[in-house]
Amino acid sequence: MAATQETVEQVQSLEMDKYKYGFVTDIESEKAPKGLSEDTVRFISAKKNEPEWLLEWRLKAYRLWLTMPEPKWGKLEIPEIDYQDSYYYSSPKSMEDRPQSLDEVDPELLRTYEKLGIPIKEQEVLAGVAVDYVFDSVSVATTFREQLKEVGVIFCPISEAIQDYPELVKKYLGSVVPAGDNKHACLNSAVFTDGSFVYIPKGVRCPMELSTYFRINELNTGQFERTLIVADEGSYVSYLEGCTAPQRDENQLHAAVVELVTMDDAEIKYSTVQNWYPGDEDGKGGIYNFVTKRGICKGKNSKISWTQVETGSAITWKYPSCILQGDNSVGEFYSVAITNGRQQADTGTKMIHLGKNTTSRIISKGISAGKSQNTYRGLVRVAAKAEGARNFTQCDSLLVGETCGAHTVPYIESKNRSARLEHEATTSKISEDQLFYCRQRGISEEDAVGLVVNGFCREVLQELPMEFAVEAQQLVKISLEGSVG
Amino acid sequence: MLEIKNLHAEVDGKAILKGIDLNINKGEVHAIMGPNGSGKSTLANVLAGRDDYEVTEGGILFDGKDISELEPEERAGEGIFLAFQYPVEIPGVTNTTFLKEALNAQRRYRGEEELDGMEFVKMIRGKTKELGIKDDMLKRAVNVGFSGGEKKRNDILQMAVLNPKLAVLDETDSGLDIDALKVVAEGVNKLRAENNAILVITHYQRLLNYIVPDQVHVLSNGKIRRSGGKELALELEEKGYADYSGEAA
Ligand SMILES: Nc1ncnc2c1ncn2[C@@H]1O[C@H](COP(=O)(O)OP(=O)(O)OP(=O)(O)O)[C@@H](O)[C@H]1O
Ligand SMILES: [Mg+2]
Repeated sequence: MAATQETVEQVQSLEMDKYKYGFVTDIESEKAPKGLSEDTVRFISAKKNEPEWLLEWRLKAYRLWLTMPEPKWGKLEIPEIDYQDSYYYSSPKSMEDRPQSLDEVDPELLRTYEKLGIPIKEQEVLAGVAVDYVFDSVSVATTFREQLKEVGVIFCPISEAIQDYPELVKKYLGSVVPAGDNKHACLNSAVFTDGSFVYIPKGVRCPMELSTYFRINELNTGQFERTLIVADEGSYVSYLEGCTAPQRDENQLHAAVVELVTMDDAEIKYSTVQNWYPGDEDGKGGIYNFVTKRGICKGKNSKISWTQVETGSAITWKYPSCILQGDNSVGEFYSVAITNGRQQADTGTKMIHLGKNTTSRIISKGISAGKSQNTYRGLVRVAAKAEGARNFTQCDSLLVGETCGAHTVPYIESKNRSARLEHEATTSKISEDQLFYCRQRGISEEDAVGLVVNGFCREVLQELPMEFAVEAQQLVKISLEGSVG
Repeated sequence: MLEIKNLHAEVDGKAILKGIDLNINKGEVHAIMGPNGSGKSTLANVLAGRDDYEVTEGGILFDGKDISELEPEERAGEGIFLAFQYPVEIPGVTNTTFLKEALNAQRRYRGEEELDGMEFVKMIRGKTKELGIKDDMLKRAVNVGFSGGEKKRNDILQMAVLNPKLAVLDETDSGLDIDALKVVAEGVNKLRAENNAILVITHYQRLLNYIVPDQVHVLSNGKIRRSGGKELALELEEKGYADYSGEAA
């Protein structure tokens, strides 16, 4: 008996090592009744003490959602989702009365983030990064808010922004991703719970990196966060989002919406390191990451740059996009997507050129290992009036092993003759020669794979803010463990 | 240091090494010469433990230790270094990163302390200077866009940094101009010490003017057919391998 117990524990600890964020925090939580209905929507809105217009907006989205079909264009096998078998709101009980300072935050929550390697205590956090910590459906803390306020930067949970800056939220919410954009975004519009709100005033260069860390903890709970970032004329902000979830046998839905708006001469740099639980080797469990991210370069000479490192999730369905409306505006998409085991990813971008002399750049690196499927899907559209539009696209796929798949699906639609569009694509394999070369120099096979893959991704990884580049390199390596030998 | 006994090896089921005996002592330099396809690179790969190269008979002792079950990275940690006939490109990985990973992996294997960034940079700067390699080469991706000669020189830099007990140089001299040849030879001669051994695989006795071997072996059709002093290289250059073809012993 004791011996079996020991074995079980040992096996468990081994399993945990593979996905080191897989633990569960034991905390009492307050949930909405299970399932999805108008009542659920009303419950959430009431919990958040929302104004009438927002409740109406949510209900409209909910009714629309009922009529919408699941998007089918991805090269993904998505099991049917039982929307009634999930919770749409879960908040740690201790958050009922919103803590006024970090000292009042439940120590269990603080410990959770410490374990995740991102302590909340301000004196311990990465220097120069302000973080919003979202736990299930609520933001538990946002650091450095006062310092940011001094320069006029607003960085707070969106639920608070709705209370404190209703005009700003009302003006921009849904302006880039309308509720009816697609079924997942529509669901988010109906039941979104928290997320971050950022406003950078005219001429301000945000003095530190802003970051949100999403954590799903509760069983059978979806996470539906909503992020809205507005950069006013001549401003600049760099924003990073990270995410993890416990290891569970059930699939969990994460349907987020991110909207970015840049005015004249403004720039937003948005980086994501996505490490949701990917499921086990046989494809059991894991997060369905169905995310709609879109930015609009409203103003002249403005710029939106997406960088993503996608290593987790059982299924990734995600196309961070740019609408290049302002003349001379620039859109960029840098992506690393790694799939291993039975993971599936269908990810890419849309660059919509509307303004004159708009430029876009797409660099996509897909790495597939195990029995996974990895698809780049991208659209470059040039409108009739988009004189002088330019795009450069490069899609590289790297295969590790024989049983995985890599696919590249680029769509180009150009209605303007002056457009200059370039596309390059390569598919390669990690070669035996490369691995042997590394190993002959003393580097283990697993480290060699990590090294070669990191090299393959370099162009993208070097776009990440310094503080996170090292972490991302580690993540790239870890997510390929067990893919060779 | 290295004792090879009756070594038979095959690749893809094809017998290539057919009973090699070779002893190299500490402090010695040996050269192997032989016609194309005779098994020279195969021997180097077998020593380094490459997958797919199967030892079917005989064995290898390194420093008195049977290494036949060790992985390539473990053999590297034990002190075996192979300069490749065709050095491999690794896009996106800088020479500095690669060297640091390799050196620290070997140090870990041997239970030594890893070098931190500063110590490493200092050490590597010293090595590039010694070998007359420009520092900007360190920032470039491993062998990517390097000329043939630069790749070979880069392997010698790696050797200098890793400081192996046994260095096997597989045609490191081919494709080198005379200046590069001197650099390579200098690098090898610097490594040459009481406790190190070197095995040079080459087609040209020219290299052996710079790296003077203690012994020269003729490998033909998977077996060492003759061994001698450095004058054997001169003789081979004159007469070719006609006498050593086939099964003749
Ligand atoms: N993977 C393989 N499958 C089948 N045959 C192989 C394989 N690798 C090597 N060989 C054969 O083994 C023999 C020895 O090759 P090896 O590369 O060791 O020769 P070498 O002496 O280094 O020649 P060179 O002077 O041209 O470099 C050759 O006939 C070669 O074709
Ligand atoms: Mg050869």
